[in-house]
Amino acid sequence: MTNRTRNTGALGALIGNNTSLNSDRKWALIASYACLIVFVIFFLCPPFYMLITSLKTNAEIADLSTNPWIIEQGLTIEHYISLLTETAFLTYFKNTVIVAFFVVLITMVISVLAAYALSRLGFWGSGVIATGVFLVYLVPDSLLFIPLFKIVGGLGLLNSYWVLVLVYPTLTVPFCTWIMIGYFASIPKELDEAALIDGANHMQMLLRVFIPVALPGLIAATIFAFTVSWASFLYPLAYIYSDNQMVLTVGTVTTLIKGDVFHWGGLMAGALLAAAPPVILYAFLMDYYIAGLTSGATKG
Amino acid sequence: MADVTLTNLHKRFDRTEAVSGIDLEIKNNEFVVLVGPSGCGKSTTLRMIAGLEEVTEGEILIGGELVNDVPPKDRDIAMVFQNYALYPHMTVFQNMSFGLRLRKYPKDDIKKRVEEAAEVLGITELLNRRPKQLSGGQRQRVAMGRAIVRNPRVFLFDEPLSNLDAKLRGQMRIEIKRVHQHLKTTTVYVTHDQVEAMTLADRVVVMNAGLIDQVGTPGELYHSPRTRFVAGFIGSPAMNFLDCELSELDGGLVVKVGSELSLPVSSGRLERYRPYVGKPLTLGIRPEHVTEERVDRDGVSLSVDVDFVEPLGMETMVYFSLAGEALCGRVAPELNPQPGQSAKVCFDTEQIHIFDRSTDLAL
Repeated sequence: MTNRTRNTGALGALIGNNTSLNSDRKWALIASYACLIVFVIFFLCPPFYMLITSLKTNAEIADLSTNPWIIEQGLTIEHYISLLTETAFLTYFKNTVIVAFFVVLITMVISVLAAYALSRLGFWGSGVIATGVFLVYLVPDSLLFIPLFKIVGGLGLLNSYWVLVLVYPTLTVPFCTWIMIGYFASIPKELDEAALIDGANHMQMLLRVFIPVALPGLIAATIFAFTVSWASFLYPLAYIYSDNQMVLTVGTVTTLIKGDVFHWGGLMAGALLAAAPPVILYAFLMDYYIAGLTSGATKG
Repeated sequence: MADVTLTNLHKRFDRTEAVSGIDLEIKNNEFVVLVGPSGCGKSTTLRMIAGLEEVTEGEILIGGELVNDVPPKDRDIAMVFQNYALYPHMTVFQNMSFGLRLRKYPKDDIKKRVEEAAEVLGITELLNRRPKQLSGGQRQRVAMGRAIVRNPRVFLFDEPLSNLDAKLRGQMRIEIKRVHQHLKTTTVYVTHDQVEAMTLADRVVVMNAGLIDQVGTPGELYHSPRTRFVAGFIGSPAMNFLDCELSELDGGLVVKVGSELSLPVSSGRLERYRPYVGKPLTLGIRPEHVTEERVDRDGVSLSVDVDFVEPLGMETMVYFSLAGEALCGRVAPELNPQPGQSAKVCFDTEQIHIFDRSTDLAL
C-alpha cells in the first residue's frame, strides 16, 4: 500500500496534479464498489429467494399477502424431507453424477490430446482444424437435437442416461479443446525442446510437462464440461422419459410440476440441492484460475 | 566425449536458405563458439546438431556416427537455452533430474549426480526451490546443471547469457569456462557477442549469411581476419575501414587514402600486395593501432580534428574524420584530447589490413 501510494504520488507530482489523481482514484473505487454491490444483489437474489421459499410452509407460500422475502409463519424442512423420501430425487442425483463424471472424463481426454496435437505437432492443416473445432461449438444444441435424436435412436440408446454421456461431448469437446489450445500455445516452445532433449516422448511431455503447466486451463475446461453436463436441459428432455434414467434438471421439474400445480417449496429445495455441487466445485477450484504456474519457466 | 563433424550442411525454410552449406570439424573436448549477427544461421546450425531442426541437405556426425535421423534424446547431447526453459512446476532438484528419471536411472545415482552438479555450480542450497523463486543467474545455473547431470557427449549452448545483465554475464562466462575445464566435454556455443566468443572459445567460427567466413583461434581471427566482415565483427570498438589504393614508390609500395594519408607497406608484404597496385581496395586498421606517437612503434603521424572523445579511465577513445569516414583511435588518457581541438595520431603501419573491395577478402 505504501508503495502504491508513493507511486501514485510520484506520478501525480510528475504531471503536477497530485490531488486530482487521488480524487480520481477515490471516485473510481466508489463507482467500482457501487457497481459490484448492484451486481452481487442481482445475482444473489434468486438463490436467496429459493432458500427462503424452500423453508416456508405450503400455506405461507400460497398466501399472497405475506412478504415473499421473509419467513413469517415458521420455518420448515418438510419440502426437503419429502423431496428426498417421496420423489426419485436421489436417483436423478446419482444419474447426474454418473453422467457428469463420464462426460468430464471423456471430454478432458479428447480435448487435451486434440489440443496438444493441434497446438504442438504442427501437421498440415492443423490451423484450419483448430478454427473448425471452435466453429463447431457455435452450432446451437437446439439445432442439433433432432438429427442427434435419429442417431441415438438408431443406436438404441434412447431413454438411457448413457445417451447423454455420448451426446454431451459434442457440446463440451470443441470448447474445451479451444481453451486448451490457447493454454498450450502459451507454453514456451523451449520447454518442449528441453523435454525432448531430456528424453521425453510426446506422451511423457504431455503428462509430465504440459498438463502440470497448463493446470489452470485444464481446470477451467473441467468446470465448463461439468457445468454443461450438470445443467443441460434440452437433451434429457428430448431423449429420456423414464424416472430411473432421468437426470436432475428435467427430473425435478417433471416430478414437482403436475399439470398446472406447482410444488414451489419442493421445486426450490430441489433447485438448491441441485445447484450445490457446482457451487462447491467452483469454490474449491477458483484459486487455480489465478495461480500463475508458468511464471519462472523462462525469462522474466 | 565425442567429436562433431558437419559436412555440406544446408537448411532451407520454404524459400529462405538459413544455412547454405557449411563444413566444420569440432574436435573431442573442444570449446567451439559460433558467432555472427542475427539471422546468420548460427542458432539453426546448433539446433540441427541438437536434432531440433531437420537437416535439408548434408551430414552431421557425432562421435563418428551419422545422426541426421536420430531423435534428440538418442544423440546423447544436452542443451542450455537462452530463456532457461526450466519446468516451472518442478523444483530445482526435479528439473535437474528430469532427464535421468525418464531414463530410469537408479534413485541413489540420480541423487548423487544432481548433488555433484549442484556442488560444481554452487546451487546446492537451491535444490528445493522452484524456478520462479530464483534470480536470472541462478536459473541459468540450474539450466546448466540440468545439462551437466547427464554427462552427455556434447554440450550445446544457445545464447545462454543474453538475458543476463552485463555484470552477471561476466561472472557466468567465467563459470562456463570453469565448468568446461572441469568436465572437458565437447561444447558448441552460439552467441552474437564477440566478447563471449573471444573469451570462451578454443576456436571461433564466424558465420555470415548462412556461411562460415572464418574458423580460427581468437588470436587468429583478431590478428589475421580472412574477410572484411570478420575484421569488422571481431574487436571492440570495430576496426576502421577506409577506401584506399596501392601505389609504387621508390621500388616499394604505399597505401594511399585520398591525398590525406600515405602508409608505407613493410617489406614482408610487398610480394603479396604488388598484384593489387591500382585496384580498388579497403584499408582496415584497429583503433588500438591508431594511437599517440610512441617511441617503440613505427608509424605515420597525422594531425586530426577531434570530433568527440570517450574517456574510459585506462584509455581514451578519440573519434575523428578522415577522407570522409569516421575513425576511432585509442590514446593514453594523459593526452586529454578535447572535442574541437586538433590532436596528433599515429597509424601503426605494421598492423594494417588490406581487403580487395571486389571480393572483401584480405590480401
